[in-house]
Amino acid sequence: MAQSLNRLKESAAQTAGPYVHIGCTPNFLGMTGVFPEDLGHSMVNDKTKGERITITGHVFDGTATPLKDALLEIWQADAGGLYNSPSELRGSADPNFTGWGRQPTDLGTGVFSFETIKPGRVPFGDGRLQAAHISFYIVARGINLGLNTRMYFGDEEEANGKDPILGRVEHKVRVPTLIAPRQGNTYTFEIHLQGDRETIFFDI
Amino acid sequence: MSNQDPETGSFFPRDRSWHPKAFTPDYKTSVVRSPQKALISFPNTISEITGPVFGHNILGELDHDLIRNFASPGESAIGERIIVHGRVLDERGRGVPGALIEVWQANAGGRYRHKNEGYVAPLDPNFGGCGRTITNQDGAYEFRTVKPGPYPWPNGVNDWRPAHIHFSLFGAGFAQRLITQMYFEGDPLIPLCPIVNAISDERAIEQLVAPLDMANTVPMDARAYKFDIVLRGRRSSLFENKLEGN
Repeated sequence: MAQSLNRLKESAAQTAGPYVHIGCTPNFLGMTGVFPEDLGHSMVNDKTKGERITITGHVFDGTATPLKDALLEIWQADAGGLYNSPSELRGSADPNFTGWGRQPTDLGTGVFSFETIKPGRVPFGDGRLQAAHISFYIVARGINLGLNTRMYFGDEEEANGKDPILGRVEHKVRVPTLIAPRQGNTYTFEIHLQGDRETIFFDI
Repeated sequence: MSNQDPETGSFFPRDRSWHPKAFTPDYKTSVVRSPQKALISFPNTISEITGPVFGHNILGELDHDLIRNFASPGESAIGERIIVHGRVLDERGRGVPGALIEVWQANAGGRYRHKNEGYVAPLDPNFGGCGRTITNQDGAYEFRTVKPGPYPWPNGVNDWRPAHIHFSLFGAGFAQRLITQMYFEGDPLIPLCPIVNAISDERAIEQLVAPLDMANTVPMDARAYKFDIVLRGRRSSLFENKLEGN
């Protein structure tokens, strides 16, 4: 016998279900008057530093049908590579950039879209720089535990090639599932839950 | 606020045998929405350790009162009046202060206010079904609502969801992000539910069932249910590699 560690267990997840919008994006549903705006709807304002970009895409199921009831959240550094978070001890992030966004997929088309800025690079634990990236959290009906992935930028080929997280991927053929190609100021990030092009999901 | 620096240790690894698996075929929608390849693990970086934190300034006066926050002036939602309260803790048993909690639920008849909802039970004109609050310095929270009704859903021919409230939680780091559901003590539909049974460990299910809390019931007004939620804990070792890597 030994002492107890006295740890609690993390509460088990349950699906966000088909009606996640009621709690997370009620204004998107047309339920106005409860919250002034949906949290995470706007990430930038006129004073935000950095290059304005749009990130758009779909979340496809195993039959290649886009999910029309998914909710995506993104979390990213500011243009200088700092997070707008109390746990960021390296400096103060741009006060005009929240770093966190939340968008539902369109109820008719399944398209999601974020208006944000291109993030700066942040360090890995050993001090090497990671390639610029955006963290994604995806929930929907049929997803029991929210999925974590990352989007990398198609025009950062050299940095992506040296990224410590991408370097951990054994099957290099899968790395492109995380890299969003750029066209103009828009990056397209297509997320596949299953199939040959299944997106890499992370256990973080 | 605390005078201490925020903790920045890595989060304890997630025990994925405690959580529901992605592929749970009795919950049919999971079949084509469950990743099939192995998740790739990596140690927390600053991208996972940090996360958005929300101030009390985002909250409106009625945000945590679902009985009134959608109701016409002088009106209130129909149903069994309840208070749901508890603490947000981490796996070390410490209260998580400043945690944003968002909730959503069906009305007392089991009907959601949503464009895609077609259940025959009526909408309540005075009930929207969403609320939010932020935990205090001890990690405690409370909100007031009506007890949601069970409702049928298209999975098996005759599947009914037990009464439940959806919970979305933010801790200090993005890796703590959690969405789950709260159930009510004594509901006979709990053991029949394919979504509940996506969780294989009975103790993990019990952790999602809120007991009736008569001590905190408001006499002649509202019954109380207590629901504690646990988010991932984090290492606090002084010997952890510094984020700066030197």
